Amino acid sequence: MKTLRGQLSALLLLMLAGCAGNHQSALDPHGAQAYTIHHLFQLFFWVTLVIYVLVLLAVLYVIVRRRREEPAALVAEIPTAQSEKRSTVTVGALVVLTIVILFVLLVFDFSAGRTIAALRENSDVQIKITGHQWWWEATYEDPVAHQEMTTANEFHIPVGSVVRFDLESHDVIHSFWVPELHGKKDLIPGHPTSVWLKADKPGTYEGQCAEFCGAQHAHMRFLVIAEPRDKYNAWLDHARQPAPEPVFENEKHGKQVFMGSTCVMCHAIAGTSAGAGLGPDLTHVAGRLSLAAGTIPNNPGHLAGWIIDPQRIKPGVIMPQHNIPPKDLRDLLAYLETLK
Amino acid sequence: MKRLALVILVIAPIVISESCKREERAYRIQPPDAEVADAVPVTSFQVGPSTQAATMPSNPYENNAYALTEGQRLFNAMNCVGCHFHGGGGIGPPLMDSTWIYGGEPAQIFDTIIRGRPNGMPSFRNHLQDSQAWMIVAYVRSLSGNANPNAAPGRDDNMNGPIPPASIKKQPATQSSQPPSTVMPS
Repeated sequence: MKTLRGQLSALLLLMLAGCAGNHQSALDPHGAQAYTIHHLFQLFFWVTLVIYVLVLLAVLYVIVRRRREEPAALVAEIPTAQSEKRSTVTVGALVVLTIVILFVLLVFDFSAGRTIAALRENSDVQIKITGHQWWWEATYEDPVAHQEMTTANEFHIPVGSVVRFDLESHDVIHSFWVPELHGKKDLIPGHPTSVWLKADKPGTYEGQCAEFCGAQHAHMRFLVIAEPRDKYNAWLDHARQPAPEPVFENEKHGKQVFMGSTCVMCHAIAGTSAGAGLGPDLTHVAGRLSLAAGTIPNNPGHLAGWIIDPQRIKPGVIMPQHNIPPKDLRDLLAYLETLK
Repeated sequence: MKRLALVILVIAPIVISESCKREERAYRIQPPDAEVADAVPVTSFQVGPSTQAATMPSNPYENNAYALTEGQRLFNAMNCVGCHFHGGGGIGPPLMDSTWIYGGEPAQIFDTIIRGRPNGMPSFRNHLQDSQAWMIVAYVRSLSGNANPNAAPGRDDNMNGPIPPASIKKQPATQSSQPPSTVMPS
């Protein structure tokens, strides 16, 4: 008995540990849309919880009453006209009550949908998201063509503004989900959709592909980084700049390695001749927090491991393994680290 | 009779399990240490008496469905379609007929991709891994029905696409010394 209690409390502690971090929880809303969804969830949760408890109590009551009755009473209970009427009224009243409750929930659901739809207006920041197996491409749209900017997996947005994400898919159906900011929205090939987000507090919000999309679906993560307007503008201005020219000899050689190998066939670096669009844009890759869509942290060691053997870190990813001589690899890393 | 059934019961799974290789996905391939050593002969002509039989490496991917579709993805991604279109040919020669200017054996096509050919075909040396080039070779051969039809995809990804590679009739390779564009119509 004692060990069972110990095990139970240990299990409870473990489960409570899940509540500690507030990452990726729809129960911890930070945006206008997420608040609306959260309120709706709370209403549904408490209403259904009360009904659930009442139903359980009624079942318990019936069981206990039956057990206490005389065995003779169990044999046959011939319904009288009065008891018939009483049951009809009770069941009828409960059916009407159920319909009323469902209708009330329907009205709240409808009004939550209207509230979220009303937040679509006035979006001055538009980001086109393209889902790939298994990473996210983001193009910051701009009426001036040369100010369009492409990045991957980490999207900065201004705090307090409605941001429009235009969603498209390159291959299969993905789903865009930042639990702390909004519900899910699918990315469907050939059918562009949009989702509007508004972050109320600065912070880094984790997102995740929420529609199974292949072997590495779990490693298709992204970050939404909400910043004050001035910080966001500074970031955007920097992100629009082409990659800096390498200064030192090893960095220059690293650039040659990049341009003369398989890298250049799939990746783009603005300001150089690399312009392919099969893999993430690397113009400011060193400024990102993680690599391979949130799979590994971004530092030279992990980057080297990723270049040499991505198939061990993320089996099935389209990036092949590379056999780069050590010196070339060191220089290539030095060059990639300049792409801040 | 009973013994025969027993033998079939034992042998059948072994035979059938062989077909699992069709779907095998080898993600981790040992990266190549060196480039392909020697150019592969395109014709049987050679200077002087023939001293050695031409040995050609075979394509490890010809019987693998995953490699064939990966080859198709790379064929599109590397912009092969820019010149060869989807096998019909345009700027470059068509790939779905039986005519091969530089040979239709897997090793010869590999050579064409890695080394390039005169008049437009660029070299993909250092820009494609050997394994990737072999996957493209497998797909290119499937366009003329030369890949294993059991491994070739049974349907096209597009809604109203061309007939799938699995049902293309096999076209034996014939040799031509000229691209079709140089042949005068008679």
